Amino acid sequence: MSKTITDVICPFCGTLCDDVEVVVSDDGKKLTEVYNACVIGTEKFLHSQSSDRVTRPRLHQEDGSWKEISYDEAAEYTAQMLAKAKKPLMYGWSSTNCEAQSVGNEIAEISQACCDNTAAVCHGTTLIAVQDIGLPSCTLGEVKNRADRVIFWGCNPSHAHPRHMSRYSIFPRGFFTGKGQMSRKLVVVDPRVTDTAKMADVHLQIEQGKDYELLNALRVAFKGEWLPDVVAGIPKEKIREVADIMKSGRFGIIFFGMGVTQSLGKNHNIDEAIAVTKDLNEYTKFSIMPMRGHYNVTGSGEVFAWQFGFPYSVDLTRGFARYNPGDSSSIDLLTRGEIDAMFTIGSDPGAHFPISAVKQIAKVPSVCIDPHMTPTSGVSKLHVPVAFNGVETGGNCYRMDNVPIDCRKVVEPPEGMLTDEQFLIKVRDRLKQLKGAA
Amino acid sequence: MSEYIIKNGHVYDPVQGIKGDKADVAIKAGKIVDKVGSGAKVIDAKGKTVMAGAVEIHAHIAGPKVNLGRIYRPEDKLFSCTPTKGMERMGGGASIPTTFKTGYEYAKMGYTTAMEAAMPPMFSRHVHEEIRDTPIIDEGAFPVFGNNWFVMEYLKNHEVENTAAYIAWLLRVTKGYAVKVVNPGGTEAWAWGLNCLSVNDPVPYFDITPAEIVKGLIEANEYLGLPHSMHIHPNNLGNPGCYETTLDTLKLAEGFKAKNKFGREQVMHLTHTQFHSYGGTNWGDFESKAKEVTDYVNKNKNITIDTGNVTLDETTTMTADGPFEHHLTGLNHLKWANVDVELETAAGVVPYIYSPNISVCAIQWAIGLEIPLMMKDPMRCYITTDHPNAGPFTRYPRVIKWLMSKKARDTQINAFKHKDKVLSQTAIGTMDKEISLYELAQMTRAGPAKSLGLAGMCGGLKPGMDADVAVYDFNPEKPVANPDDIEKAFSRCAAVFKSGVQVVQNGEIVSTGHKRTLWVNAKVRDNPQVVRDINEKFLKYYSMTQANYEALGHHFVPNPYALEVDATNV
Amino acid sequence: MHQFILPTEEYIVATINVNLISGRTIQQGVAIESGKEKPSYRTACGIIEIDPSDLKKLGAWKSTNVRVTSDYGSVIVKAIEATQGPHPGVAFIPMGPWANSIVNPNTYSTGMPTFKGTPVRVEIAANEPVMLGIELVQKQCGVKSA
Repeated sequence: MSKTITDVICPFCGTLCDDVEVVVSDDGKKLTEVYNACVIGTEKFLHSQSSDRVTRPRLHQEDGSWKEISYDEAAEYTAQMLAKAKKPLMYGWSSTNCEAQSVGNEIAEISQACCDNTAAVCHGTTLIAVQDIGLPSCTLGEVKNRADRVIFWGCNPSHAHPRHMSRYSIFPRGFFTGKGQMSRKLVVVDPRVTDTAKMADVHLQIEQGKDYELLNALRVAFKGEWLPDVVAGIPKEKIREVADIMKSGRFGIIFFGMGVTQSLGKNHNIDEAIAVTKDLNEYTKFSIMPMRGHYNVTGSGEVFAWQFGFPYSVDLTRGFARYNPGDSSSIDLLTRGEIDAMFTIGSDPGAHFPISAVKQIAKVPSVCIDPHMTPTSGVSKLHVPVAFNGVETGGNCYRMDNVPIDCRKVVEPPEGMLTDEQFLIKVRDRLKQLKGAA
Repeated sequence: MSEYIIKNGHVYDPVQGIKGDKADVAIKAGKIVDKVGSGAKVIDAKGKTVMAGAVEIHAHIAGPKVNLGRIYRPEDKLFSCTPTKGMERMGGGASIPTTFKTGYEYAKMGYTTAMEAAMPPMFSRHVHEEIRDTPIIDEGAFPVFGNNWFVMEYLKNHEVENTAAYIAWLLRVTKGYAVKVVNPGGTEAWAWGLNCLSVNDPVPYFDITPAEIVKGLIEANEYLGLPHSMHIHPNNLGNPGCYETTLDTLKLAEGFKAKNKFGREQVMHLTHTQFHSYGGTNWGDFESKAKEVTDYVNKNKNITIDTGNVTLDETTTMTADGPFEHHLTGLNHLKWANVDVELETAAGVVPYIYSPNISVCAIQWAIGLEIPLMMKDPMRCYITTDHPNAGPFTRYPRVIKWLMSKKARDTQINAFKHKDKVLSQTAIGTMDKEISLYELAQMTRAGPAKSLGLAGMCGGLKPGMDADVAVYDFNPEKPVANPDDIEKAFSRCAAVFKSGVQVVQNGEIVSTGHKRTLWVNAKVRDNPQVVRDINEKFLKYYSMTQANYEALGHHFVPNPYALEVDATNV
Repeated sequence: MHQFILPTEEYIVATINVNLISGRTIQQGVAIESGKEKPSYRTACGIIEIDPSDLKKLGAWKSTNVRVTSDYGSVIVKAIEATQGPHPGVAFIPMGPWANSIVNPNTYSTGMPTFKGTPVRVEIAANEPVMLGIELVQKQCGVKSA
């Protein structure tokens, strides 16, 4: 017999859909079907059932093979590694819940580590820009109910946030947007004709890397001032057309992604995009929102901020929190060879950092906490698999608009597997003993 | 060790009318008791001042806009980091301290209860995570109702019973404490870039006025009989001439009587009154109308207020008055953050520097002090800084110094670049009054506790109450040599007890106790219409499901304390 | 369709210079949740999407293995025709270890590597295999695989 669990939260991306339905066996041990999730979310839930999962911690041997050890032994190894290190880096945190993140912060404080989350390779530059200029924003329900102008700038939700447009930004019939997508005008800015761009009323096929110039040109166009014939590959008539579309709306929203955070200009691109939004508030109502990637990178930023004061790239090595991206950020720490121990959780720097940084991870003592086998676990000395957060254990997560949603446990993890939080508590308690703190 | 005796201190307790007599305070099993055995641990309070733990009635210390402030102001941590030390976690932040630091700093000043002033209901999980991570002090949070779609639709048709049922539901699912109203109607207008600057400006689409919203919520609050009254941040905050809107708002309470089982006597609490007491027509002729506002409140005893004192610091403003923050960034051009929250509210954040060299800031400072000096009943006027809007809560000792010492006020007035304007536009120069320790206890303990409906629990030292006690190194029998000594004494307590556990000793944290989250569980008759309306709005308009909105498991509120309200027979 | 003779060592192999960007795809998302040790990850991410006009300049069949080289490294991936084009002059490798073998790692003091906008050279390498994801990283790090 089976039962259907409703209002399930999908733990993949920052869209954090919470209308997923999952069918599990009565004893709660097998998950058989997933409804409403996109193909990526569906895969996440179903993969938890695969029989080839690693279910116990394993130590990497000299000859490349793996030796299985117990969770207690793994906690001992991890605590010893952190206790001995002078400058450990605790990285990731984006694919686990806030309760685990909080225990992780305790560990980082005791071991005086550097701690960082995946904003380092995603919206870190957004955070820098927000710290310079601010952030006029809103929750996704405001977009659903009010927005009649939607801009996707340097992001491709069709691929990265597949249900975003149907749940929030384009298709829903909200309170003041009863005609659904017909109530809205969509502008997409992207160097490629992406699947998202194909749906747009206007696609600005921008010259890659010239986003700052185009954003700046829009600000000029708002004021009706002179523009060169072409900016960033876009003719001035098109720029003015888009400026008018934006100004003529009642409630607009700019969603932006890696196209502007990762290309040259980086935080300055975002700064200019936020300036565009601020300027528009002189004419109408406009907001801007980063398309956060991992389902709980936002949560990691929130927990770091209320406990340490900064949202990412936090350096605790002196016994109090310091923040200086470029100096205290993970990739720079690694490429400068400053890290002498690597602790990875809820992320995959092995796959998503430039290889020059990954080479440094391979050189030092390292632990990788991840249910999957990944390039990070492949170059780490210890791989500790844990239960899938949001599937096999619940816990609070924050959506891309900072709304907190408590993920659910829908199925039991494989026999004997721990959750992130349980493993981290073992590490913390052992570390406290090693460091002599009561 | 659960028995203590605090011996020979000068006790100030408005609940029992003790005005500085030397008396012992006995603590047993978390409560104040008449006496304890000989084995009780002795705390020597000779030559010291003893009061109940202070009660913070309004501060922004936990939640999404507070954390947005932390995230977007790394510079706020520049000179204010505290390292890990003993049992204290590391902390940082001058105007927006991190949560651990917030708890420690309040406790070290003798505060044992604090209310988070504005909780956007959709974000209740965030608010409670931060409350959980704020050690020592009991906390509650006020969900905001003044721009809520359900409230506006019900009150347009004057459906008080439905409004009450909705309030009861929302307090339960968000573990909220009271009915908070911020810029009624104006923040919904802000979702379209507009505002409501008077109590009669209709809200776009919803076509209800702020006056109707406020009166309806007062009625619903009294229908339920909640521990606290409707708590309001009126329209038109911060603009020259806004005192007229304030008087219009205060008048809405006329004719209403408090109805509750908690000892509360007011039907309206008007918050950070300083920001709402401005005269003049522009920043040039800007002047104080503290007298007009306090005259009204003095005469109308069903109102309580808190001050919102400006402390002359660099700080961060943050409020659910979204349009005000946009206006402020237009004035000072500092970075502006804003979050509109679907169906419910908004929030804005802008840094602000209250410089003693700017005449407007100096006048604001003066107004903040005029108000408590002109209020006749200290049980109805409480000291706050609307932290962090008018200044950080860590400046309370400085505000106390200014209130207790005319000399200290004069020193500050003489230090203003535009001293002449302060003296011409306000009456502060003519005020000789210096508040007494007893009045201080009324304004920071007994008064706010009573207003919050907690008079039976805290704010006093009567046997049976919670053993929340603060001991200050301040000898009331010695004349004050230097007013700065007042500030010093009230900055770091000699001892603090929270629920009978000693948490502070000689200004240092010695235990983090077992803080509680205070919330109000109001029961009403079954109301199928409201249930249906809630279901429908979640299905159609919210961006999350109702089941997930209601989820507030134990890990969010590990130690809840519910005040029970039964409104089923109204 | 033009007829090409598959280049061998006897011929000078054409190269093209393009601007490389990297990012998410649905297939990449599904593949990482299935497991990065699996061939599906290589199929999803060990590819470079090239505009048809650039493929023509290169003289390659679609679905030919190519060597992509930047100032920072070199990697073998399978060249396919752009699925979200046209975008002449721009090439796309989905985020992952293949892309990260060659993207510009410099953060220019921002903490963020330059994942979007790395000039690269593409040349045909028809007989060289595309590695599996974990092995690709282990090999470059000098770590033995099982």
